[in-house]
Amino acid sequence: MEIFSNILIYFVIVPLLTIGGLALTSNKGIKAIRAVAVAGASVLMVLAIWLVMIFLRERGAGNQADMILTGSWMWYEPLNVKLALGVDGVSVVMILLSAFIVFAGVFASWKMNPLPKQFFLWFFLLSTGVFGFFISIDLFTMFMFYEVALIPMYLLIGVWGSGNKNYSAMKLTLMLMGGSAFLMLGIIGIYFHSSADGQLTMNILEIAKNNAIPASWQMWLFPLTFIGFGVLGAMFPFHTWSPDGHASAPTAVSMLHAGVLMKLGGYGCFRIAIFLMPAAAQSIGWIFLLLTGISIVYGAFSACVQTDLKYINAYSSVSHCGMVLFAILMFNHTAMTGAVLQMLSHGLMTALFFALIGMIYGRTHTRDIREMGGMMHIMPYLGVGYVIAGLASLGLPGLSGFAAEMTIFFGSFQHPDMFHRVLTVAATCSIVITAVYILRVVAKLLFGVVQDEHHRSLTDATWEERLSTATLILAVVAIGCFPNFFIDIIRDSFNPIVDALQALKM
Amino acid sequence: MITNTVLVLVLPFVMFLFLGLAGVKMPRKTAGVLGVAGMLVTTVLAYWVAIDYFVNHPQHEQIIANVDWLNFTPRLVARMGVLIDPISAMMLVVISTVSLMVHLYSLGYMCDHHGHAEKGFQRYYSFLALFTFSMLGLVVATNIFQMFIFFEMVGLSSYLLIGFYYSLPAANHANKKAFIVTRLADLFFLLGIMILTFSTGTFDFDALVGLGNMDASQKAVGTMDGLNFMGIPAVGWALVFIFIGGAGKSAMYPLHIWLPDAMEGPTPVSALIHAATMVVAGVFLIARMFPLYVLVPMAMNVVAVVGAFTAFYAAAVACVQSDIKRALAFSTISQIAFMMTSLAVSADGGKLLGGHEAGLGYMASMFHLFTHAMFKALLFLCAGAIIHAVHSNENDQMHGLHKYMPITSIAFLIGCLAIAGIPPFAGFFSKDEILVACYERGLGWGLWMSMVAGMTAFYMFRIYYLIFFWKKHEVHTEHEPADQPWTMTLPLIILATISCVAGFVPFGKFVTYNGAPLETHINWTVAGTSVGIALVGIALATWLYFKENPKPERMKNAMSGLWTAAYRRFYMDELYQFITHKIIFQGICKPIAWFDRIFIDGFFNKLADLTGNASFAIRRVQGGNTQSYAFVYLLGALLLAAITGVVIVMI
Amino acid sequence: MKLTLLMYLIPSLIMFGCGIYGFLTRKNMIAMLISLELMLNAVDINFALFNRFLYSGNHEGMLFSLFAIAIAAAETAVAIAIIINVYRIAKNVDINQINKLKF
Repeated sequence: MEIFSNILIYFVIVPLLTIGGLALTSNKGIKAIRAVAVAGASVLMVLAIWLVMIFLRERGAGNQADMILTGSWMWYEPLNVKLALGVDGVSVVMILLSAFIVFAGVFASWKMNPLPKQFFLWFFLLSTGVFGFFISIDLFTMFMFYEVALIPMYLLIGVWGSGNKNYSAMKLTLMLMGGSAFLMLGIIGIYFHSSADGQLTMNILEIAKNNAIPASWQMWLFPLTFIGFGVLGAMFPFHTWSPDGHASAPTAVSMLHAGVLMKLGGYGCFRIAIFLMPAAAQSIGWIFLLLTGISIVYGAFSACVQTDLKYINAYSSVSHCGMVLFAILMFNHTAMTGAVLQMLSHGLMTALFFALIGMIYGRTHTRDIREMGGMMHIMPYLGVGYVIAGLASLGLPGLSGFAAEMTIFFGSFQHPDMFHRVLTVAATCSIVITAVYILRVVAKLLFGVVQDEHHRSLTDATWEERLSTATLILAVVAIGCFPNFFIDIIRDSFNPIVDALQALKM
Repeated sequence: MITNTVLVLVLPFVMFLFLGLAGVKMPRKTAGVLGVAGMLVTTVLAYWVAIDYFVNHPQHEQIIANVDWLNFTPRLVARMGVLIDPISAMMLVVISTVSLMVHLYSLGYMCDHHGHAEKGFQRYYSFLALFTFSMLGLVVATNIFQMFIFFEMVGLSSYLLIGFYYSLPAANHANKKAFIVTRLADLFFLLGIMILTFSTGTFDFDALVGLGNMDASQKAVGTMDGLNFMGIPAVGWALVFIFIGGAGKSAMYPLHIWLPDAMEGPTPVSALIHAATMVVAGVFLIARMFPLYVLVPMAMNVVAVVGAFTAFYAAAVACVQSDIKRALAFSTISQIAFMMTSLAVSADGGKLLGGHEAGLGYMASMFHLFTHAMFKALLFLCAGAIIHAVHSNENDQMHGLHKYMPITSIAFLIGCLAIAGIPPFAGFFSKDEILVACYERGLGWGLWMSMVAGMTAFYMFRIYYLIFFWKKHEVHTEHEPADQPWTMTLPLIILATISCVAGFVPFGKFVTYNGAPLETHINWTVAGTSVGIALVGIALATWLYFKENPKPERMKNAMSGLWTAAYRRFYMDELYQFITHKIIFQGICKPIAWFDRIFIDGFFNKLADLTGNASFAIRRVQGGNTQSYAFVYLLGALLLAAITGVVIVMI
Repeated sequence: MKLTLLMYLIPSLIMFGCGIYGFLTRKNMIAMLISLELMLNAVDINFALFNRFLYSGNHEGMLFSLFAIAIAAAETAVAIAIIINVYRIAKNVDINQINKLKF
């Protein structure tokens, strides 16, 4: 079949095969379960790296198409729904990010108990949704994969979570489903205006080319889609699922959720909301800019007073993801490139954070920073990892956060409008607040004296934990030290969007 | 030369990685010796670069090599590179010298009394190497963005080293404080860069400030013409913000509060980072951007006023401190303020002052930076030796140590004489030129700074006497205090020698704002006055503190209010504590977190509750009770029958 | 006195009303089953009656009554079997208690 000659489809097939493989194992054979999971994750990683190489080769060979590796197969004739695939620079790096986090996530849940088989089954179903979302360029397929990614979350938190898990799982799923409802409406609206000549289509590229959505409709559809994805991107005031959800989720799920799933929000915002409805984005984008600006500062201030490690990190995610949407709404190359870098950076470092928190929690059985102290003595490896994650989060040069934030700030400040520049200055202030809450945690948790004598007997990281965190640390350092490599991949992908927005201004 | 400079950077970085990753696997001493060896090679290379530059490039042009690092836009590119010009070559020498001394000294200092290296020895050397790398990277930065990056990096290494004894709560607080305060300053630095690059569209120093003339700066300022924000030109905002960034690192009032606390780190670290090198990063930054500042008198005046005030403030506080490291820290703040002021007074109203000696202040500032690094490092290392011997920072645990530690005492005395500005020691020459530059700007400036110079002499000799004389030493520990092993004494001797002779370096020939040699002559009117004032200060200190007597106590009681205020650093820490804890933490963070829980979260929970309650209310309809179904069915049937009946009748 | 249709219909209506009342109010499943039978029988009577009075030449109504009686017998058998089984499991034949399947 022709469809199987496209590498992209394998990003869906491999997780599905892994699920099939896992279904054959039994819960007693933990070794077999691990082997299948690791094999699946490794194949995905190899595929992702291969994809980056293919992408670079295509671009190097002068292929300037907006999307490469495109392919389209009819799925449901009457509605013109297709399985349309294609990637640009942004999707390529997002797929790479997802592969990294899935890989690290498998190792972070090495000792998952109970029901390891079922856990990995749902985990890979979630990955299927995530990868499917990033490779699709058809509204219907995107939405379908989006839902595939959301549903397993309920079970993963509800069954394997900790603390008030039923409440959190329900809250998270319901709020995200609420977002999907908005999104669904938006997508239907877009579909019915997708073409001026009556040949309706779901393909994003075609819709953008037709540019047939009337401005009056855009005013309705833009907020619907933006809020729909904004809920997932933890935009103020729809961020409230994030602290509870992350606090209850098991380690690997937090990693995948904060690391990748929240990026679906930012990705969707520009790929669907802004790309397809530039006129509305121009005229009412400032409302959302204000909201995301609030997110950035608000999340950072909230994080300052939390005492639960996961809550701190969840609020910090609100702040950092706010920065993603904030930069996307600046509508210029630099800021949008910065947004994607920030997605990468935040994905990796939050995954690292959650992995480390999970490992510390697995040992101390508490996440309250008031009950811990001096962990650096007891578990130096995890301590150093935590410090590196913290430094990446507060934007230290050489780690990923710095490159991303600087690109965002400098890009946003290039905006000709004074309102945007003042907001940028306000957003920039978050770097100090971030330093405050990160150092507060580091000082309380890692430094100082040991609070609980029982903690003295705890052990440092095991090999699989080291592997999981080292993978993420390496990726964080790679982005921080060689940002240009990623910027070159990402930057040109924004040409269509920025051109469309520029054309409107003329 | 470029290759060598890059090597100078790479070597410490490799040492950092190597000792950081593999250090735990090797014996502690080996790690230390490796660190010292690596630093020795770095120093040799750095000297080679500096000599090569000054000998082979008499025009003092800038030598620049760059690689692109981060392309913000095709035009606005952040580069990484090396820039060699007089001040960076000079800084290479200063940093590598002091760093080597500190590396060597730490071999002895970081051991207990049996000569066993402390826990974390490898980590210590790895962090020292990281710091050296960052600081060297800072001074060779080719663009303001690279400068910013290394500002952050030195901030990090300072954080790590202050918190070296991370289980001590004091160190733990101090490093947090240092990082956050300098981070706040760096925020302004970043904003300044953003404003500056908004219209100039470049980070590069050669495009922003150039060297040798004002053309580049004039062009840069020209592009920002007409941009205003709240009535102040954008370029003014940019430069003031950048100065705040520098002020944070250089501990200018009111951002100085982190530096005294930073003394919680090991003493060699204080000598390297918090006395000689990192704290002058701000001065270096202003010096690098000097032509721009000259063209914007408003920004220059801010620098001058802040510098002059800080110099006085810190000197006043230093006069009453009892912890010798804190006293030295305030002395450092005061001396850095001297350098800042000196830079700022060399221009007024957009033009350089001083006729054929134009830019004297710039040269004097760099000269003082150079000499100060040497003698302040010396003083700190002496303090370290003393602390190592008596296990306390408080001067009432010391007294009368001259008899026990003669070498340390003499080295400390040389440092004191140098900082007080007594000829022929190094400080005299540099401070004299600073004062000349101040008098050039105006009599008031000159008198003010001369007064501070007098206070400097007073408080330094106060410390000296209280440590080494005052009364007979009471031995508190099991060992008698004594001079330390050669690893610690050798750096003292080397630095003391440099402090004696460094003043005779014809600095004006090498380092000037435009690369053209500047002939300096000692202005004996100014020099005479300042030496006179210094001698008065020393005499006063001798009268009060040389031998035990009740005069200081009486003075303290007579001015107890002032004394306490100065001892408590004029309550700046309390003010900060109030702002951060009461206003920001209690007044902003807590309410926001509360708002989030109660309103945002509450709203969505209420929404869910509402849905739940509504379902609960109507759930009886589907109660599963057969009989109620049947009843409703019956009612419905009757209703339908009635309607049908009525309809039939109507028809 | 000639017996009219109405005179037959009134007892049948009373029977049906009793059946409804019993079905709606009794909690015992057996009693409910009896009420159900009562209603069925009232309907059977009506079938026979209308056949006799309105279409006396035909016999469909009569036949349908017989048919319904047969069905009712079968249905009763099934219902009683269920009730007995429920009783065995729940020790109870109260309709409001038998809600295990609901949740």
